[in-house]
Amino acid sequence: MGVRRRSGSFILQVNPILCDGFGHCGELAPELVTMDEWGYPIITAEPTPYNDARVHESARYAERGCPRQALRIRRVSD
Amino acid sequence: MQRNALPRLMHAASTRPLSLVQHEEVFATTQRPASLIDELDASGLTGRGGAGFPTAIKARLIREQRGHKFVVVNAMEGEPASHKDQTMLSTHPQLVLDGAEYLAAIIGAKDVAVCVARDNPTIVNHMERAIHERSRRSLRGPKLELHTPPWRYVAGEESALVHWLDDNESLPQFRVSRPHVLRIGHAPVLVDNAETCANVGLIGRFGAEWYRGLGTSKSPGSALVSVTGAVRHPIVLEVSLGTPLREILASAEADTNPQAVLLGGYGGSWLAGEHLDLGYCNEELGLHGVVTGAGVIVVLPRNACGVVETWRVVRWMANESARQCGPCAFGLPALGEDLKHLSTASRDPLGAFKRLEERLGEIDGRGACRHPDGVVRFVRSALSVFEHDFNNHAHAHACAASRATTHYASVPHLEREEELVWE
Repeated sequence: MGVRRRSGSFILQVNPILCDGFGHCGELAPELVTMDEWGYPIITAEPTPYNDARVHESARYAERGCPRQALRIRRVSD
Repeated sequence: MQRNALPRLMHAASTRPLSLVQHEEVFATTQRPASLIDELDASGLTGRGGAGFPTAIKARLIREQRGHKFVVVNAMEGEPASHKDQTMLSTHPQLVLDGAEYLAAIIGAKDVAVCVARDNPTIVNHMERAIHERSRRSLRGPKLELHTPPWRYVAGEESALVHWLDDNESLPQFRVSRPHVLRIGHAPVLVDNAETCANVGLIGRFGAEWYRGLGTSKSPGSALVSVTGAVRHPIVLEVSLGTPLREILASAEADTNPQAVLLGGYGGSWLAGEHLDLGYCNEELGLHGVVTGAGVIVVLPRNACGVVETWRVVRWMANESARQCGPCAFGLPALGEDLKHLSTASRDPLGAFKRLEERLGEIDGRGACRHPDGVVRFVRSALSVFEHDFNNHAHAHACAASRATTHYASVPHLEREEELVWE
């Protein structure tokens, strides 16, 4: 039961067609998501390392908490 | 046909489309290139629909896929200022079909779908006849089919078109990463613009070496441009890539001392009148952040107001949004409102100016397709080219030209939201 280290990094990706601007992601992952004036998410384009466990956890919360299931965590190769 | 003579695509063009027999006389050739894909690679042909992606790379991507495949000829021509595909299909429909058959042979497709917007019955008729002539000639080759989706700006976007062919609405689709293989059912699809197909037709007949006889080393060949705005009459010209813009305007009998020209289409960019000595090709225009795009040139004379023209185009583009993605559905009308306050210089134009600049950064790159990005690029280029006018308008000094009733960038009438047909 040690700390699991994962290599690589991820981005949070929104499907803009599915997204209806519920705004849950902004609450659940404020490190990655800001809101525009119409309530749609602006997600940071920089990849986050999986090692950053706190941010990865909120990204997972946002992914699972999206009422429209519009968010995905995608591994980026680097 | 000679190696470095124009016209190529418009060779022996008349007011009637050429029949198959006439076509084979006009484009008669003795030698056929051995390997089409290598010829296509060597020719350096790029897509003429707007994105300018190398055709050979796209064809190779689909060729690697397995199973039943489709070639889609995109002659939807969403740009209101563009008439090139229409011209291509009403002069040389067989050349376009030639290219489509070559592409089908390259990727191993058994079906070719030609997509023409149903709003233009003349072109639909020409195409029906051309396809009929071919199918009477022989049973070999891919099966040709004509499809007529409803005309919309974004319906000509490749994912929207393929989605429509797959018995759905003609709405752009979200792609997780690019390049992305579009599919009808499970079958991979190669989508190419009609003019691109015509160029492939020429390469298939005369080879890459011949094709490179015109144009520059990085942008070989010729392209069709639709010149509108301050011209004697709107015209479609075939030019060798790299021809100076001033020459193109002169041969179109356009205003040769314009304030600015709009290049690429309504998702394109304005280019200030001082830069008309640039050659018409991406490597020269790219220095100014401009692309040749869909081959549109809108000439804006000195007595017109760039702010008003920009507003009218953005208002129409906002209305043509498919309203699927929030940033596009809400952002583009918001840009339109800001530009409206600016162009009339009323209701706090300075505030509108500041809001406009902020919003441009927010909308960029956040739609499923490139529609919002195109509008943002268009407005950004307007802000730099018409900087002086925008400043005057923002400080409530609207120019006299902004009250004129003549406009140069033509837009179709605005349809109400409930009238929009996606089918």
